[in-house]
Amino acid sequence: MAFTLGFHIILASLGVALPAMMLIANYRGLRHDDADALALAKRWSKAVAVTFAVGAVTGTVLSFEFGLLWPAFTGRFGQVFGVLFAIEGVFFFLEAIFIAIYIFGWRYLSPWAHFWSGVPVVISGFGGAFSVVAVNSWMNQPQGFSPTSGKVTSVDPWKVIFNPAVPYEVPHMILAAYLVTGFLVASIYAVGMLRGRRDRIHRLGLLIPLTVACIATPIQFAVGDTAARAIAKDQPIKFAAMECVQQTHSDVTEYIYGRCTADGVKGGIGIPGFDSFLVGWSTSTVVTGLDSVPPDERPPFNTMLHWAFDTMVGICTVLIGLGAWFGFVWWRRRDIPKTKWFLRAVALSGVSAIVALECGWIITEVGRQPWIVYRVMRTSDAVTHANGIWVTFSLVLAIYAVLGATLIIVLRAMSKRWRSEDGPEDEVPYGPDTAPPVAAR
Amino acid sequence: MTLANAVAVVLVVGVTMYAVFGGADFGAGLWSLLAGGGEGGRRPRALIDWAIGPVWEANHVWLIFVLVVLWTGFPSAFEAIFSTLFIPLSLAAFGIVLRGAGFAFQHTAKRARGRAVSTAVFGVSSVLTPFFLGTVVGAVAGGRVPVGNAAGDVWTSWVNPLSLVTGALFVATGAYLASVFLVSDARRAGTPDLERYFSDRALVAAVVTGALAAGGLVALHADARAVFDGLKGDALPLVIVSAVCGVAVLVLLRRGAQRGARVLAAGAVVSVIWGWAVAQHPNILPPSLTVSDAAAPSETLKAVLIVFGVAVLVVLPSLGLLYTLVQRNLVEETSQPAPPAGSAR
Repeated sequence: MAFTLGFHIILASLGVALPAMMLIANYRGLRHDDADALALAKRWSKAVAVTFAVGAVTGTVLSFEFGLLWPAFTGRFGQVFGVLFAIEGVFFFLEAIFIAIYIFGWRYLSPWAHFWSGVPVVISGFGGAFSVVAVNSWMNQPQGFSPTSGKVTSVDPWKVIFNPAVPYEVPHMILAAYLVTGFLVASIYAVGMLRGRRDRIHRLGLLIPLTVACIATPIQFAVGDTAARAIAKDQPIKFAAMECVQQTHSDVTEYIYGRCTADGVKGGIGIPGFDSFLVGWSTSTVVTGLDSVPPDERPPFNTMLHWAFDTMVGICTVLIGLGAWFGFVWWRRRDIPKTKWFLRAVALSGVSAIVALECGWIITEVGRQPWIVYRVMRTSDAVTHANGIWVTFSLVLAIYAVLGATLIIVLRAMSKRWRSEDGPEDEVPYGPDTAPPVAAR
Repeated sequence: MTLANAVAVVLVVGVTMYAVFGGADFGAGLWSLLAGGGEGGRRPRALIDWAIGPVWEANHVWLIFVLVVLWTGFPSAFEAIFSTLFIPLSLAAFGIVLRGAGFAFQHTAKRARGRAVSTAVFGVSSVLTPFFLGTVVGAVAGGRVPVGNAAGDVWTSWVNPLSLVTGALFVATGAYLASVFLVSDARRAGTPDLERYFSDRALVAAVVTGALAAGGLVALHADARAVFDGLKGDALPLVIVSAVCGVAVLVLLRRGAQRGARVLAAGAVVSVIWGWAVAQHPNILPPSLTVSDAAAPSETLKAVLIVFGVAVLVVLPSLGLLYTLVQRNLVEETSQPAPPAGSAR
């Protein structure tokens, strides 16, 4: 399940943020009578169609997995967190309906009606992300039900929906979606420009997502920083594992990388007292260590967690630098930096943003172990008793590998086709009714 | 009506919507598979793509809706069903993945071979998924899913006559609905030859579905006496309505009637589903887990009903908008199948 979620999180991010990029391009195209922007919006809408279709499928598989892998978890707490998924279902419905109208409406709907049919997609993307991430927040900060052991007999849906982890986890994930999508799309166009395709479509295709991502990144850094501080308070053991803090004490050294061992961090760069400072603005802040709980309540793979955390923060910092560079040059010259190194950096930003996303996912999930519902239910108690589930699970892994590969191949084939067409019938949205697009076989 | 029963009604509404709309999409996949490769199958397949392209994702959401309402409203039933029946459910999920991928990619695959593969994948998985979901329903109706985490037998729970007949019935029902719907779609596309093509298939599918339904009754009688007695008792009017609708569709199709067939075909399916629900009531998992035993705390049930109310207010009009735009040919991407001349394109 960790794997399928790790896969779904990328598609879901695209599903949340790509429609926004598409609408920005569409808006620009309509407002400024910009045919290139419209062509871009139309291309992106096709990418949205494919990623949404695959995202819908992986999302369905996930809802099956709640029962196939974690029947005891869902059997006991489905009644608690289920309402959030019911809300998500409403948003998902709206998303599916309006995506269909938008994608299939290029030819016959009036331009502005068509644009507005895309707006609910973006809104439901936000709503859907909120409800799903709120479930994860609830698993981190469970509340709103009683009793905490045995069969749940009473539920307070408001407390479940607005649990204490929602204010930082939800914005963190939504920003991550915009950031990943922005850098990913921009990186694709950067690669195209590096290969010499410097037409206006490529320029716009780089500018729109890159601007969105560069605005999101510093905000993300601040939100993430708040989140880390909140975790130090709400889930001190997760924080201790992220930072390899063995003993509870003050003046804790902040290590950048290094190997976590029972007697502290080996290797890595240490900044004395800085960890305490980050948690409470003073080096005398006491940071809870792993030794505050028995060994069987500590998360596994501390070194991996620590590295994931440092990598995520590191990538975010570098991306802020990239944004500053872009912002500065744009401010001075109203242009993207001329040097090839800028395009190379943007080309790498997409992959690194995905790495950061997956790192964040590892931190929140592995960091919560051995609990599936923090301090209420252990993961080992949640799992199915059915034998042979591993066969199914391996099958799912294989399918996802195929699905991922096919998705990439298809998207690449689409972009290749756009490149070879460059101009003909497909590129006149709202134009007179020419030959049928794509499927003219 | 108690809260628990109200949520059970919501659940059955979701099942009904999925059976009618999702089922028709699965059936269309079956016809796409049976249309055969090469030139002969190209036009019916083009009609199928054109007809279900804009709507299949929205239709598919009903399944997620059903799962969510089940685990939120009746978590212990969900736990029991998914842990005991993990094999058919995994296979159904597998089919859903392949189907979505096959459908999405067959439009974008450029080479003929890639397209043929994704079409075949789409077709085969359109049969697998409803079949395995049907075996699940058969297992539940047959009382083979005990409460608990994987408490039932992983094989005999769903490999038994009742489950297998129900599985086949699901596939046939989807094909039946799809063919009736596609007759209208063919008319909308202005292709009288395809209208006849699917009208012939609808007649065959109707007979097969009727036969399987009768077989299902026999299996129910042998295997799930309580449900059978329910069908004979409280649910009898619904069974009669279903049979009448089914026969009426046959008559309309024979006469080539312009309207009414779609609604009546859907009516036949809807009344069977509600007949089953009434017959099985008050049990959610026969023989002994009742709707009220399995129900979540009342605050949760209320929240589900509120969310459902919002969904009715927001989603149904949107869905109506989508279907209306589709019916008026305002949203389409793939081209309509060409008129029958044969030489076209």
